[in-house]
Amino acid sequence: MDHLTIARSMFGTTMAFHIIFATIGVGLPMMMLAAELLYQKTKDRDYAIMANRWTKTFAVLLGVGIPTGTIAGVQLSLLWPGFMEVIGRVMALPFQIEIYAFLIEALFMSIYVYAANRISSWMRIAALSLVAFGAVASAILITNVHAFQGTPAGFRVEDGRIVDVDPWAAFFNPSFLTSALHVSFSAYTVGAFVIASVSAFKMLRRGLSNRVYEFHQKALMLSLILGLIFSFATALNGHDTTQMLHETQPEKLAAAEGLFETQTHAPLTIGGFTDRETQEVKFGIEIPWALSFLSGNSFDTKVVGLNDFPEEYWPPLFVHTLFNGMVFIGTFLILLSAAGIVWRKFLKKEKYPKIFMWAFCLSGPLAVAGIEFGWIFACTGRQPWNIYRILSTEESVTTATNLGVLFILFVIVYAILAASVVFVLLYYFKRHTVSDDLAKDEKHGPFSLNSNS
Amino acid sequence: MSEALLAVTVLWGFVFIYSVMATMDFGAGFWSMFYLNKSKTKATNIANRYLSPTWEVTNTFIVALVVAVYSMFPGAAYTLGTILLIPGSAILLLLTLRSAFLVFSHNAEDYKKALTYISGIAGIIIPGLLISVLPITHGGFVERVGEGHTLNMERLFTSPNEYSFVAFAISSTLFLSSLLLSDYSKTSNAPDAYRVYRRDAMILGPVSLLMAFAIMLTLQREARWLYDRMMDDLPLLLVSVGFFVISGIALFLPSLTKKDVKGMPRLAVVAVCIQYLIASYVYGKAHLPYMVYPDVTIQSGFTDPASFRAVFATYVVGFAILFPGFVYFWSMFMHDKKYLRQKQTTK
Ligand code: HDD
Ligand code: HEM
Ligand code: HEM
Repeated sequence: MDHLTIARSMFGTTMAFHIIFATIGVGLPMMMLAAELLYQKTKDRDYAIMANRWTKTFAVLLGVGIPTGTIAGVQLSLLWPGFMEVIGRVMALPFQIEIYAFLIEALFMSIYVYAANRISSWMRIAALSLVAFGAVASAILITNVHAFQGTPAGFRVEDGRIVDVDPWAAFFNPSFLTSALHVSFSAYTVGAFVIASVSAFKMLRRGLSNRVYEFHQKALMLSLILGLIFSFATALNGHDTTQMLHETQPEKLAAAEGLFETQTHAPLTIGGFTDRETQEVKFGIEIPWALSFLSGNSFDTKVVGLNDFPEEYWPPLFVHTLFNGMVFIGTFLILLSAAGIVWRKFLKKEKYPKIFMWAFCLSGPLAVAGIEFGWIFACTGRQPWNIYRILSTEESVTTATNLGVLFILFVIVYAILAASVVFVLLYYFKRHTVSDDLAKDEKHGPFSLNSNS
Repeated sequence: MSEALLAVTVLWGFVFIYSVMATMDFGAGFWSMFYLNKSKTKATNIANRYLSPTWEVTNTFIVALVVAVYSMFPGAAYTLGTILLIPGSAILLLLTLRSAFLVFSHNAEDYKKALTYISGIAGIIIPGLLISVLPITHGGFVERVGEGHTLNMERLFTSPNEYSFVAFAISSTLFLSSLLLSDYSKTSNAPDAYRVYRRDAMILGPVSLLMAFAIMLTLQREARWLYDRMMDDLPLLLVSVGFFVISGIALFLPSLTKKDVKGMPRLAVVAVCIQYLIASYVYGKAHLPYMVYPDVTIQSGFTDPASFRAVFATYVVGFAILFPGFVYFWSMFMHDKKYLRQKQTTK
């Protein structure tokens, strides 16, 4: 691999690893908050126990999310000093404000976990709300840097120098709002379906007591309802995001759709593989006129094709598959959660058929895959640019050599972390089962569980 | 004061805050490992009680530090990013293992020992690596290649100056943290733990001072420009040593609040913090205007003024908003008698 490829792979690996924990780190506090509020409303202790167990999980995941995030932040300037020089001059604000979001999350997380038994229940909810706020704010802020890479604003380049800097104009760049919403909604989607997966998986076990089964049933229902709301919101806003691409980064949209010729009444192609030679998508299903409609809300909308751009500016064509993967997952999650809710709430069936349960189990991993597809699509689809039409990736890479060894070391550490985090969660919850917690709760009352460690 | 000077003062403030917090954090991790088998004294419990709620907050400050460098001195960030690739990556890898295993050790009872050892040892190597950033910016190990710079690792790792910095970082991490933990355990009514930490502080204090002298001695040979400029402020350096002596004395004074133990650790902590503040002021002042000697100065690396003003405004607003949060946090974990004096934290 050449120098640039190693740097890209190394950074991509770091981000792909961080994002799993980061996204769950945004989604879980939302679920914890929902459970806490439900507990206040219904006084059903099961919800308090849920909030408690999810908090435990969250605290363990933070043990990976925070250090890998730190790696991401430092690696940006180690691997892409050229990029960070521009960002430092123009787009430092989101990073700076993000620090406050991290601090809010860290301060109130400690209070929520370690002081739970010393504060009132409303104080606990306030602390948890601030944790959730800090998490989503940090996600929105860092995403804003990524939004700026696609739609840079707030400065001009004159003879290779950056002039006329307006940091707030850079902050409120054209894709800020759509990207912020897309990332927040999709993170909440992940939070909900990860819980749905675990609950469904537990319910499939044989020999559960009715009490425990009921507990998981409640968690599943809660996550299906929130999952439906947020996956629907993600898809609606995904539509806005697509229109944003149509206006600001047409070659990315063209690559996402495998569209070569500029045309009105452009078709939407689902599935298949883009073939550079024959300029078509092989094995794809075409929906006539749909792309024009999606891009501009009318069939006459002219969608620009790849042939209007010099070939060296084309993004890699496999992003078509990533885009399809994301949209497919979004659609699947909406249908699945809607069907799950209808089955139980409207058809009043007691139990789900096996196939339904297995689909629920799959929904969490699929949602995480959706996030991965989305990010890789958005970043790889921007190539060869690091900052669109301003700074190429090649110009921004470090001049330091010998990245290969470091890359291997980082991958080893991520592998160790991945294995140990799974191990620790399994270990912990095997020794602190739902029935243990239910029994303990009857004896000592809620939040007696919080005081350990 | 020029804007660049203001910016570098803010940066220096972050470095100072982080170094005190990190010292506590890494030191507490080490002590909780060191006294793991002596459960009688509660020394491990005390260290954990401090560490559990604070490590996340401390970690945020290292991120704040890195962000402050590249948002206020993007020009310097280019050079720093290039020369620090290897030491920086080493720090990141260790920091990651340390944080993760620290968290895991609370959740996997049977493996607590092994996990605590890994995070404790990793934690004590990190300050040594972190401080290496300082000798690297002195310029002796940086080579110019064409337009850019590279770090000569071989020269770095054969330099007595580098090793004195490393030794100083490790000894003063252990010193400061044992001092602070002695104060913490006194407030927590744990006289056995207090005696242990007070003794450790009394051993490690002189060791740290010795290492500081070693730094000055080797600095004279390896970075003469910096040594000479620091010596211009010799009176201040002597005042700083004076505060060190005060903190030593404070550990022997009779306690005003408790009869069964000796020493005023709170006073000692404050005196040592003042000592570090003065010494690092002298060092920082001598280092100016260079960020990386002799090619990168605070002026050449400085960001766009409009950006700086916006960033500076967020500092003011951000800290104003967060301040009540810090106070609440402090009252929950540093001051709350119920938290400090609980019988058992980890079961
Ligand atoms: C700060 C902005 C930012 C954010 C929030 C992300 N990235 Fe990114 N990404 C970059 C900023 C960036 C970058 C530093 O600017 C890179 C390096 C080279 C480039 O052009 O973009 C990049 C490259 C990059 C690559 C290599 C692309 C290629 O070479 O084809 C991958 C696979 C990812 N990223 C994946 C992700 C994932 C999974 C993210 C989810 C957290 C993510 N990125 C968030
Ligand atoms: C290049 C991109 C990114 C950088 C530089 C980065 C940086 C960081 C850093 C430094 C931390 C640790 C903060 C601390 O010390 O407390 C962190 C944690 C976190 N990051 Fe990222 N991050 C990036 C991408 C993202 C994205 C895309 C998201 C959301 C979708 C995200 C969400 C979070 C969250 C929620 C946390 C809190 C810890 C957790 O819950 O796991 N980050 N990140
Ligand atoms: C269902 C219809 C969806 C559509 C039409 C859609 C559309 C898009 C588009 C056009 C982008 C690229 C934005 C850019 O390059 O700047 C994008 C990015 C992304 N998508 Fe989706 N998406 C959908 C569903 C989902 C789902 C279900 C998830 C995850 C659960 C998801 C997660 C992401 C993420 C994390 C990004 C990268 C962040 C960003 O650039 O905003 N998307 N999406």
